[in-house]
Amino acid sequence: MAESERGERIPFMQRVLDNPFLLLFLGVAIPTVLYILWGLIEITQIPIAD
Amino acid sequence: MATASGELGIIGGIAARFRTCPVTRLRVDLAAERLIKANAVAAVVFLAIGGLMGLLVALTRWPAVHLLDSEAFYQVLTLHGLNVLLFWIIFFEIAILYFASAVLLNCRLATPRLAWAGFGLMVMGALLTDWAVLQGDSSVMFTSYVPMQASPNFYLGLILFAVGALVGCAVFFGTLVIAREERTYEGSVPLVTFGAITAAIIAVFTIASGAIILIPTWLWSLGYIGHIDTLMYKLVWWGMGHSSQQINVSAHVAVWYAIAAILLGAKPLSEKVSRTAFFLYILFLQLACAHHLLVEPGLSAEWKVFNTSYALYLAVLGSMIHGMTVPGSIEAAQRRNGYVHGMFEWLRKAPWDNPAFAGMFLSLVMFGFIGGISGVVLGTEQLNIMMHNTLYVPGHFHGTVVAGTTLAFMALTYLVLPLIFRRRVIWPTLAKWQPYLFGIGAAGISLFMLGAGTLGVPRRHWDITLSDAILSFDFQPAAYLMLGLNGLFALLATVGGILYVLVTVGTVLFGEKVTEENALAALGPMPARVAEAGGSAQVGRHGGEGLVHLPGTYVLVGVFFVAFALYYFVNWKYLSELWPIS
Repeated sequence: MAESERGERIPFMQRVLDNPFLLLFLGVAIPTVLYILWGLIEITQIPIAD
Repeated sequence: MATASGELGIIGGIAARFRTCPVTRLRVDLAAERLIKANAVAAVVFLAIGGLMGLLVALTRWPAVHLLDSEAFYQVLTLHGLNVLLFWIIFFEIAILYFASAVLLNCRLATPRLAWAGFGLMVMGALLTDWAVLQGDSSVMFTSYVPMQASPNFYLGLILFAVGALVGCAVFFGTLVIAREERTYEGSVPLVTFGAITAAIIAVFTIASGAIILIPTWLWSLGYIGHIDTLMYKLVWWGMGHSSQQINVSAHVAVWYAIAAILLGAKPLSEKVSRTAFFLYILFLQLACAHHLLVEPGLSAEWKVFNTSYALYLAVLGSMIHGMTVPGSIEAAQRRNGYVHGMFEWLRKAPWDNPAFAGMFLSLVMFGFIGGISGVVLGTEQLNIMMHNTLYVPGHFHGTVVAGTTLAFMALTYLVLPLIFRRRVIWPTLAKWQPYLFGIGAAGISLFMLGAGTLGVPRRHWDITLSDAILSFDFQPAAYLMLGLNGLFALLATVGGILYVLVTVGTVLFGEKVTEENALAALGPMPARVAEAGGSAQVGRHGGEGLVHLPGTYVLVGVFFVAFALYYFVNWKYLSELWPIS
C-alpha cells in the first residue's frame, strides 16, 4: 500500500490520477479499442460487391 | 533573487537559468519561456492567416455577396480549416503544455533542444501544407476525404507537423518526470497541470491516428499504394480530426481554471471532483469522433450508439462538472474577496474590464450553451440524421473551437503578455473591447450556422442557390437570412480578431517593460484583496475550496439545464415532424 511521506495511506484513485503514464495508457488504449479497432473490424466484414 | 538574465539553478546535476515571477512567485526556466514565446507567436501568425480565410468563406456563403468562385472557395476553405483547426490551436497548446509543466511545477524543461527541433518540424510542416494548398492542386478541405487526392506535400506537411507536436508532448511528459524526480512540487500536481496532462494524452491518440492514416495516404499520393478504402480512411482520420478538437476542450478548461486562479485567487471547489471530470475526458472524450460516422451504413448501430450515446455522455458529464465547478470556484473566490451581497454581486463586480476575465467567462458560457448542447444533439444517432453534413456541424464546432477554445486562448494571451513576454498590454481600451467583439461575433456565427443547418443547408456547398445543379432546390427564405446574418457576425468577429492580433503584436514589439513594481498592475483590473494577498500564486498550488454555499452558481447551472432540456426535446419534435408516423 502506497503511503505519503507523512505515513498517510494514499487513496487508490489518487494514485491512479497521480500516474500520468497509466493515464496515458488508458487514454490511448480505450479509444483505440472501442473506436478504431472495433470500427475497423466492422469495416473489414462488409461484403465486397461482385 | 530574480535578475534580468535569470539566476542559475542546478537541479539534478543539470544547470538551467531561472527567473522568479514577481506575481506568482514561481521559478521560470528561461529555456521554457523562450519556447512558450516562440509557440505563442507562431500560433498568432497562423490564426491571422486562418481568420482571414474564414472571413472570405463567410462572405462567399453570404448569398448577397457570394464573393469567391467555386475553385477559390474550396482552396480558401481548405486553408481556413487547416490554419485555425490545427496550426493555431496546436501551437498554442504546446505553449500551454510547457507553461503547465516547467513553469507551474517550478522545474526545468526536459531537453529544450529537442523541443526546438519539434517546433521547427511544426513550422516546416505547417508552411509546407499551406504552400501545397496555395499551388491550387490540394483544395481537398480540412477533411481531405479520399478518393480526392492532394499533392504529396500536403500530406507530408501534416505528417511533419504531427511529428513535431508529438515531440512537444514527449518533452511535456519528460518534464513531468523531472519535476517528480527532483521533487520540485509536493503531493499532486496543480489542477491546471492535470488539465494539461489530459490534453497531452488526447494529443498522443490524435497524432497516432493521424500518423496511421496520413502516412499511407501520402504513399498513395506518391503512387506507391494503389487504393485507400474510403470508409477506413474516414474512421481513422476522424480519430485525428475530431480528437484534435478534444485536445482543445481539455486545454481550454485548464485555461479557465488558470485565469480564475491568477486574477481572482480562485481554488477548485474540489480537486477530487475536477480531476475526476478530467479523468472522464481521458477515458471517453475521444470517442466523440464517431458522431461524424453516424450515417455510414457500413458500421453497426451498436458501434455508433456505444461510442456516442453511451460513452460520450460520460465525457459530457465531465464537461457539465467543469461547467459547475469553474463558475462555482469563481463565486467562492469572489465571496472570499468581499463580494457577499445578494445572489450575483460576485458576478456583477467581477473584473469585466479585464479582457482575460471577460474572454474566459464568455468562453465558458458560450462553450456550454452553444458548443456543448449542440454537440450532444449531434451525438444522438436519431437526431444526427436531421443535420448530418449540414451547416449545423460547422455551427457546432465554431461554438466549441471559436467561441470556446479560441476565445479562452485569446483571454489567456492577456496574461501571457505580462507574465511571459514581460510586456504591458498596449491600447488597454481596445483590449478591453476585444473579447466582447470577437465573442459576440463568434456566437452569432455559430448560432446562425446552427439555424441554417437545421433548415438543411449543406456544409460543403459553395452556393446555396445550387445554380450549377441539374436538379434545383429552393431552401426556405429563412436560410438566406441565416447566412446573411452569419456573414455580418463574421465581420464582427473579424474586427475582434484583427484587434487581438494588433494588440498582441503591438505589445510584444512596443509594450512597456514589466518590472517587479508594475507586474501586478500589468495584469489589468483585479480584486484588491487578490493583489494585496498574492492570491495569484494559487495557480501553482494543489488544493480545493471545500464545502461552500454557492447560490449564484446553482441558479446559473439551473438555467443551463432548462435550456439544455428544452433544446434537446425541441429537436426530437423536429424529428417527429420530419417523418410523420400517421
